[in-house]
Amino acid sequence: MPRYFTDEHEWIDVEDDEATVGITDYAQEQLGDIVFVELPEAGTALDKGGDAAVVESVKAASDVYAPISGEVTEGNGALEEEPALVNSSPEEDGWFFKMTVGDASELEGLMDEAAYKEFVEGL
Amino acid sequence: MSDEPSEDIPLVKLPLDSWHRARGARMVPFAGYEMPIQYEGIVAENNWTRSSASLFDVSHMGQLGLTGPSGDCEAGAAEAAEALEALLPGLITSLKTGRMRYSMLLDENGGILDDLMVTNAGPRIALVVNGAVKWDDIAHLREHLPDEINLHHFDDFALLALQGPKAGEVLEMLVPSTGALTFMTADLFEWGGTHLWVSRAGYTGEDGFEIAVHADHVEALADALVADERVKPAGLGARDSLRLEAGLPLYGHDITTETDPVSADLTFALSKKRREAGGYMGHGPVATVLEQGATKVRVGLILEGRMPAREGAEVYAGDEKVGVVTSGGFSPTLGKPIAMAYVDMSHAETGAALECEVRTKRLPATVSPMPFVPHRYFRGS
Repeated sequence: MPRYFTDEHEWIDVEDDEATVGITDYAQEQLGDIVFVELPEAGTALDKGGDAAVVESVKAASDVYAPISGEVTEGNGALEEEPALVNSSPEEDGWFFKMTVGDASELEGLMDEAAYKEFVEGL
Repeated sequence: MSDEPSEDIPLVKLPLDSWHRARGARMVPFAGYEMPIQYEGIVAENNWTRSSASLFDVSHMGQLGLTGPSGDCEAGAAEAAEALEALLPGLITSLKTGRMRYSMLLDENGGILDDLMVTNAGPRIALVVNGAVKWDDIAHLREHLPDEINLHHFDDFALLALQGPKAGEVLEMLVPSTGALTFMTADLFEWGGTHLWVSRAGYTGEDGFEIAVHADHVEALADALVADERVKPAGLGARDSLRLEAGLPLYGHDITTETDPVSADLTFALSKKRREAGGYMGHGPVATVLEQGATKVRVGLILEGRMPAREGAEVYAGDEKVGVVTSGGFSPTLGKPIAMAYVDMSHAETGAALECEVRTKRLPATVSPMPFVPHRYFRGS
């Protein structure tokens, strides 16, 4: 299953016409202790680069953007009870939401794991 | 993920800059300095401060000394105290040596230019002011104090805050007799061949100290303090969550030139003798608010749920906008979001049910007494 990354530190896994979105380990490290995640409801239409979710650390609120366009199919209910999952397992159990792939060509502009790693090292 | 706006102005490095980095601190721009925002994490540092002791580097703050024409002596300090009373509402002339007082510099409209600690340090009056406005404070003091009052900026001194329930026993082991200080007193001590000016005060609600030390000796002192396993370094992030839990206002957010001491619920800092007598900048407007009552007041809010309301969030009673949040976040100690807000007097009573608007959502909030987490100052055994 291919995983893509954005320069805003979201990751997106794509399997057929469904994708799973979260924030990267680098992002959670920068944010620090996550205390709340505001997820989009199922059915929400997302535009590539548009606001999709909000992640609240002790100190600040940060926007999470949609890596591609599509429609939200499911939010990660586990984050309501345990937002710290984003810190402990950002790229697995701490996923944010699932969405449809509105336009697969939008994936082409995203980074693969190696490119993202290089991008983060340059920050 | 959105990034914080970057600042282009050159940042000043703290004397302990490399010390912080070597201990894994993440450094961020604050008040013109590169400051450690966190080491291990804000929640862990907050909780360690409440249960043991944390070391904060607050060297960005302005450390100032005032003396009169008699120079560095008690008479010189007395002259400075009298002059300083023209610029703030506290009684400074009656402060005994080694005693300190919280006060505010006020402008002509009674607005708050800064809040500060004023200490009768013996041969001088010592001030500790906020880092973000220290240059403005110096300009204001220099402009309004008589020329014969000498103002010295101790910019070659660092300031460390050791805060937490174990701070007293830790510092007593390292610097004997500091344990004899009680809350809001200060004295000079010797340690490792240098002088330490130690105040039993802080910004966390816990017992603790602020230690002024020459920049040349601060690394040795910081090393000696964290060598004690009860002490860990903590950053600005935890300092902010701790002061919010302690109900202590943050300058530039909860108090500004747009707020006055009465509305800010800091009336305790208006020394009774001076409320009528006046003789300080801003007295007229402040006396008017005292007499007529404030229309808005700074209150504490505890929110339902886990979503915090941040600075700028509007506060509602039903459909009516009744206030605005000036600082807010998630309280690690209470495990829920808390905030400070200015709300209309008619909705400021404890227990009032209000709502904070965050990104079109309305979060239920209850007006709550501050501090949110009880203060545990050491007032003597």
